[in-house]
Amino acid sequence: MAELSNQLMAITVLAYLAAMVCFAAEYAFGNRSHIGRAAARELVGAGGPPVTAREAWKDEAVTDRGALIGRIGVGVNALALALHLGTLVTRSVAADRMPWGNMYEFILSVSFVGSVVWLGVLSRRPAIRHLGLFVTLAMVVLLGANGLIAYTPVGPLVPALNSYWYVIHVSTIILASGILLFGAVPATLFLIKSGYDQGRTRFPYPLGRRVPAAETLERLTFRLHAFAFPLFTFGALIAGPLWAEASWGRYWGWDPKEVWAFISWIVYAGYLHARATPSVKRTTATWIALIGFATMLMNLFGVNLFFEGLHSYANAG
Amino acid sequence: MTIKQRTAVQDRAAQDAPPPRRANPVWAFLRNSWRQLTSMRTALVLLFLLAIAAIPGSVLPQRSVNIERVAGYFRAHPDLAPFLDRLGMFDVYASVWFAAVYLLLFTSLVGCVAPRLLEHFRALRSVPPDAPKRLDRLPQHAPAADQAGEPAAVAATVAESLRKRLWRARLREHEGGVWTVGAEKGYLKETGNLLFHVALLAVLIGVGFGAWYGWHGNRLLVEGKDRGFCNAVTQYDESKLGARVGPEDLPTFCLELERFSVTFQPTGQPKTFGATVLVDEDGKETTRDFRVNHPLRLSGATVSLIGHGYAPMLRYTDRFGRQQTKVVPFLPRDGMFTSEGVATFPDVNIDPKTDRRDENLQVGFEGVYLPTVGDDNRPTSVFPAENNPVLFLTAYRGNLGVDAGVPGSVYSLDRGQIATGKLKRVSGDGRPHELKPGQAWTLDDGTKLEFLGTKRFATLAVRDDPTLPVVLAGAVLGLLGLMASLYGRRRRVFFRMSPLAIEGAPGGRTVMEAGGLPRTDYPGFADEFRGVVKAARGDEGTA
Ligand code: HEM
Repeated sequence: MAELSNQLMAITVLAYLAAMVCFAAEYAFGNRSHIGRAAARELVGAGGPPVTAREAWKDEAVTDRGALIGRIGVGVNALALALHLGTLVTRSVAADRMPWGNMYEFILSVSFVGSVVWLGVLSRRPAIRHLGLFVTLAMVVLLGANGLIAYTPVGPLVPALNSYWYVIHVSTIILASGILLFGAVPATLFLIKSGYDQGRTRFPYPLGRRVPAAETLERLTFRLHAFAFPLFTFGALIAGPLWAEASWGRYWGWDPKEVWAFISWIVYAGYLHARATPSVKRTTATWIALIGFATMLMNLFGVNLFFEGLHSYANAG
Repeated sequence: MTIKQRTAVQDRAAQDAPPPRRANPVWAFLRNSWRQLTSMRTALVLLFLLAIAAIPGSVLPQRSVNIERVAGYFRAHPDLAPFLDRLGMFDVYASVWFAAVYLLLFTSLVGCVAPRLLEHFRALRSVPPDAPKRLDRLPQHAPAADQAGEPAAVAATVAESLRKRLWRARLREHEGGVWTVGAEKGYLKETGNLLFHVALLAVLIGVGFGAWYGWHGNRLLVEGKDRGFCNAVTQYDESKLGARVGPEDLPTFCLELERFSVTFQPTGQPKTFGATVLVDEDGKETTRDFRVNHPLRLSGATVSLIGHGYAPMLRYTDRFGRQQTKVVPFLPRDGMFTSEGVATFPDVNIDPKTDRRDENLQVGFEGVYLPTVGDDNRPTSVFPAENNPVLFLTAYRGNLGVDAGVPGSVYSLDRGQIATGKLKRVSGDGRPHELKPGQAWTLDDGTKLEFLGTKRFATLAVRDDPTLPVVLAGAVLGLLGLMASLYGRRRRVFFRMSPLAIEGAPGGRTVMEAGGLPRTDYPGFADEFRGVVKAARGDEGTA
C-alpha cells in the first residue's frame, strides 16, 4: 500500500504537470486567437459582472481552440485531484491513521485542500480558469519539493500526536493553510493585473492580459482570506495551545513552529486591517497577503528544515 | 530657513488663524501623538514590527525553550553570543524591545477601541435613520408600485415583516399622509469587531498575570521508593517562579514514580508510554496513572510527562572495601536511546584510619548506555528497548573538581580538570570498557565497579497557569467576535408609502417605493433586498 501511495504521488505530480501544460497551451493559443483576445479585452474593459463573463466564455469556447484545451486542462486537473486523493487514502491505509503524522503528509494534505478549493471556486466562476496555469504550477512545485525534500516512509504516530485535540488542531490548520496558500494565486494575479491595467509592459505584467478583472480577483482574494483566517485562528491559536497544554504542560512556548504560526497570524491580521483601512491602497494590502503566504511557506518547509523544535513531525524528515 | 524666517512664518500663521484659546504646545503635541498612535496606519506598522520582532526567537536558541542549546551557541560563537545576549536575543519574548512593541500596540488598541465602544453603544440605542428623499439614488432600488391599503396600515405591515426578519425598523409619519419605514440590520458586525479587539486585550492581560502568578519546574524522577521528590524549588532541576510567587507559595505535594512503562513499535518509535505515581497531597496518598497528552492534574499544579530514559545502577567498591551505589540517569541522545552520562564518586577511598579524604583518589566514570547494541558493536543503540543492553565506560581518577564551588554539569565530567591533568584517565587509551548488566570491572588499582542493571526515569514538567481560563475564554470570545466581524454585514433598507387617490377604492391605495444601502462590502445584498421587498409587499407566500 505504501508503495502504491508513492507511485500515485508521482503520477499525481505528472497529472498536475499535464494540466499545467494544457493551461499554458490555452494561454498561448489564446494570444493568437483574435476572437479570444477581443473577447478578453471586452471583458477586461467592462470589468463586467461575472455572469456576463461566464456566458461570454461559453460562446467563445465553441470557436476558440485555446478554450477547448483549457477545458481539457480542467479535466486533467480534476483527474490529478482524484489521484491526489488516492495518494492520501492509500497513505492513510498504509499507516492506519489520518494522513498528517509528518511533514510530508501534512504538505500532501494542505496542497490537496488548496486544489479542492481551486476546483470548487472554478466550478462556480468559470471566468477564472486562467488562474489554472498558476495554480497547477504551484501544485507541481509544492508537491515536487515535498517529494524530494520532505519524503518520509510510512510510520505510526508518536504517542504525543495521538490525541483528539491534535486531530482537530492539524485538520483545521490543513484546511486553513490550503485555502490561504490558494489565496495567494488570485492575490498575485491581482497585482499583475493592476500593473497591466496601468500600462506596465515588463514581465510579468503582460501575463495580466488574459486574467479576470482586477476587482474580481481582489474580492476573491479577500473572501478566501476572510474565510480562512478564523479557521487558522482556531486551529493554530486555540486548538494548538489546548493540545500543547495537555501534551507538554504549557499552552504556548515559543517553539519555532509556534513562532511562525504567530507571525503568519499577525501578518494576515495586518492584511485584513490594511484592506479595511481606506487610506491603504488595495495593492499594498494584497502585498501584505503575499508576505503572509511567504510566512506560511516558511512554516511548512523552512521551520521543519532549519530549526529543531518540539513538533515531532518536524524532525521526522 | 533662518530662525527669523521661521518665526516670521509662524507669526503669520498665528495671525491668520483665529486666536487659539489654549495654545498649549505640550497639550497639542500629546494630542497629536495620541491621534497618530491610535490610527489604523500606526496599528498596521506596529503589527508588522511585532511580526518582525518575533523572528529572531525562532532563529536563535531561546533560554525559555532550550537552555542547553543556548549554552551550545555560546560555545560555538564565543564572540557573537555575548553581544547578542546583551540585546536580549536569547530571551526575545521577555525582552524589553519585544514588550515595547506589543505594549505600544495594545495602547493603540485601547485608544482605538474605547471611543468606538462608546460610539457603538450609542448607535445601538439610536433609531434607524429616516428614508432619504431620493430612494432611486441608493444602490438598490425597487420602483414605486401600488398596493391596497392606507399608507399607515401598509407601513405597519412592512415594519412588521421587517421585524420578523430581525431588522430594527422605525415608522415615521410625514406631511400629506406619507409614511416611511427606515430599518437597519447587522449591528453584530461592529459588536463582533469590538468583542474581538477587547478579547485580545483580555488574552494579553491573562498572559501577563499568568507570568506573574504562575510557576513551573522540571524534574527528572527515577523509578523506585525513596527516590521521590516534593514540590519545592530546591527539589527541581530547573524552575522558574512568577514575579508574584514565592517559594513558600507552592502547593505541597510529593511524587514518587512507582512504575514507568514504554512500548515501542518495531521501527523503534514509541507506541505508548505512561507512568504510575504515588501522590502525597497533604498527607493523603493516592496512586495515579498518567500518560502523554493526559497529564496529572493536582490541585494547583499540572504534571506532564515530557521525556524518559534509563538510569544505570552502579556499585563502586573502593580500596578499603567500602561500597557505594549510585543510580545515575543517562540522557538519551537519539531516538534509539543511546544515552550519555557520568557517575562520580567523590567520597571514596577515604582511609578509615585517618578518616581523611584524598582528593586525588576521587573516581568518575563517563560513557554511553545502549539499550540494544547492534551486531557491529558500534556505540549507538539500534533499538530503544533493553534487548541487548551494554554500558561503555571510561574511568577517571584524580580530583573531580566538585569542590570548586562552580556547579558543573551532572552529565559530563569537568573538562578543565582533565585538561590540566588533575583528573586522569585510568582505563587505558583504547575503547571504553564494555559492561553488561551484572558484570563487574576491576580497575588498575584493584577497586571495582559493578553494573547492577538499570532503572527507568521520567522527566516531568510541573506547572501552574492560574490564568489559563481567562486566556482560553479570551481566545474563544475573540474567535466568535472575529467571525461576527468578518461575516456580519451592516445594511439599511427604506420604504416610502404615499397615498394614491383613486376613486372608489375601498380601504384606499398606497404607492410603495423602496431602497437599500449596504454599508459594507456585501455582494449578495441585491438578492436579500429583493426578498425583503417581496416580503414587505406581502407576497411572500406566493413567491
Ligand atoms: C493587537 C493587535 C490587533 C490585531 C491582531 C487586530 C486584528 C484585526 C483583525 C483580524 C481585523 C479584521 C476583522 C474585521 O475586518 O472586522 C481587525 C479589524 C479592525 N481593527 Fe484591528 N487588530 C489589532 C489592533 C487594532 C488597533 C490598534 C486598531 C486601532 C487603530 C484596530 C482597529 C480595527 C478596526 C477599525 C477594524 C475594523 C475594520 C473594518 O471596518 O472591518 N485594530 N483587526
